[in-house]
Amino acid sequence: MSRAGALKRLKVDVRQKSFQSASGGTLHVIRGLAFSLQSGEVGALVGPSGCGKTTLLRIIAGLDPDYEGSVALPDHGRLGFVFQEPRLLPWRTLEQNVRLAAPGASDATLTALFHTLGLETHRNLFPGELSLGLARRVALARALAVEPDLLLLDEPFVSLDDALAARLREELAELVSFRPVTTLLVTHNIDEAIGLADRLFLLSESPAHVLAEVPIPRPRVKRSAADLATLRAEIAGKLSQA
Amino acid sequence: MVRIVSLALLMAAWFIGSQLAGPRMLPDPQAVALMIVEEARSGALAFNLGATLARVAVAFALAMALGSALGLAMGRYRIVDRLGDPWLVVLLNLPALVIIVLAYVWAGLTETAAIAAVALNKLPIATVTVREGARSLDRGLDEMAQVFGMSAWTRMRHIVLPQLAPYLAAAARSGLSLVWKIVLIVELLGRPNGVGFEIGVAFQLFDVTKILTYALAFVAVMLVIETFLVQPLERHVSRWRPKAA
Ligand SMILES: Nc1ncnc2c1ncn2[C@@H]1O[C@H](COP(=O)(O)OP(=O)(O)O)[C@@H](O)[C@H]1O
Ligand SMILES: [Mg+2]
Repeated sequence: MSRAGALKRLKVDVRQKSFQSASGGTLHVIRGLAFSLQSGEVGALVGPSGCGKTTLLRIIAGLDPDYEGSVALPDHGRLGFVFQEPRLLPWRTLEQNVRLAAPGASDATLTALFHTLGLETHRNLFPGELSLGLARRVALARALAVEPDLLLLDEPFVSLDDALAARLREELAELVSFRPVTTLLVTHNIDEAIGLADRLFLLSESPAHVLAEVPIPRPRVKRSAADLATLRAEIAGKLSQA
Repeated sequence: MVRIVSLALLMAAWFIGSQLAGPRMLPDPQAVALMIVEEARSGALAFNLGATLARVAVAFALAMALGSALGLAMGRYRIVDRLGDPWLVVLLNLPALVIIVLAYVWAGLTETAAIAAVALNKLPIATVTVREGARSLDRGLDEMAQVFGMSAWTRMRHIVLPQLAPYLAAAARSGLSLVWKIVLIVELLGRPNGVGFEIGVAFQLFDVTKILTYALAFVAVMLVIETFLVQPLERHVSRWRPKAA
């Protein structure tokens, strides 16, 4: 599959998104948030909790049509979405959960995915029998099994312990390097964003907009501790200027 | 074990009651057992049970199918709920007898009228139960299905139905016992066969033994259905739930 050209990229321009609160007031969640990602790039949206990250991902995924602005998805627009909560079907086994979302996935693809994510021995378990860490992996496997044109990740590693989060991050980085896919990761953890992304978008408090864009030099796997420290300092500087 | 003791107590109470009241008011268990055997031999028992069971099955299936579809639509779409709710309230509060009599008046003493009347009695309860389930469907799973582009069939079979299963089971269970009771009334009022008809005849002859014979035989059949059909089905649909400790 050729993945070059202008139509292959993700282009987001949300001018305005607001919610009506129950008491009748209007809550402006996003205002003037625009950015784009090249094909195969991993972008990370970093912003404080409650700034509207989940709201933005839902808009991009087409789950919330009630906003002003435009979203252009990469060609074909096949989506893989890892929600903030795993959202598995508790009455289906892990394997069924993945297959139902990706009926076209071959056995070989699934086996490779399950292998990388350490899920092989759990294929026939039900989600209720899993730890949160495993459930997150299944959600990740499901999103990757559809071979998406755009992968959306909503704080996929939140509320896991640090070691586990780090391992999962590595596994994800490995999977994405096998088969490059335009990816948008949402997080409030700067280190996580630096560890995975090619490009960071720092978001403001609500109503959210992009404060600064920070490209991160490749290769993403081989960054030293010193490089990371420099990056972090640069980001902190940009945040304080804003 | 407790069940057996409880059942034995019931039999004992029946026996003592029959001694006190005399065989005309309340025949003892043995007399009823003999009559069951006799009716079974003549084929009358099987014929009447079969007729009643067929009506129960058709009316039940009709009410469950329509009620589930209606309940699902009402639970999911506000507009359908608003439209349907007044009808539902009327049907819920209409006495069974009124529905039956009106059905016979309007459609004649026919099989169709009988079954329609029973189904109409059961319909609103099934609808309300399934609507409750449809209202509590997980929005998050719907969104997941939408994002991954799952087909309507996949969503129904793997997302909606498993969530509705406990509500469907509740509707089925309460529905079965309600339907068979109403079928007996329908038969009593306007059918030439079935358990209800036989009980009606026995009532006119003041034949309590026969009334108990048919009632017990039918309860036994329903118990068998409950034990060997409804309960295994319930276990099957809830197999994914972690076992209680
Ligand atoms: N459906 C909704 N109705 C009203 N307010 C909402 C709704 N969804 C989110 N919000 C509000 O929008 C803000 C942003 O929420 P969210 O996008 O979930 O933040 P984040 O994912 O960045 O933590 C929050 O203040 C939240 O309360
Ligand atoms: Mg969020």
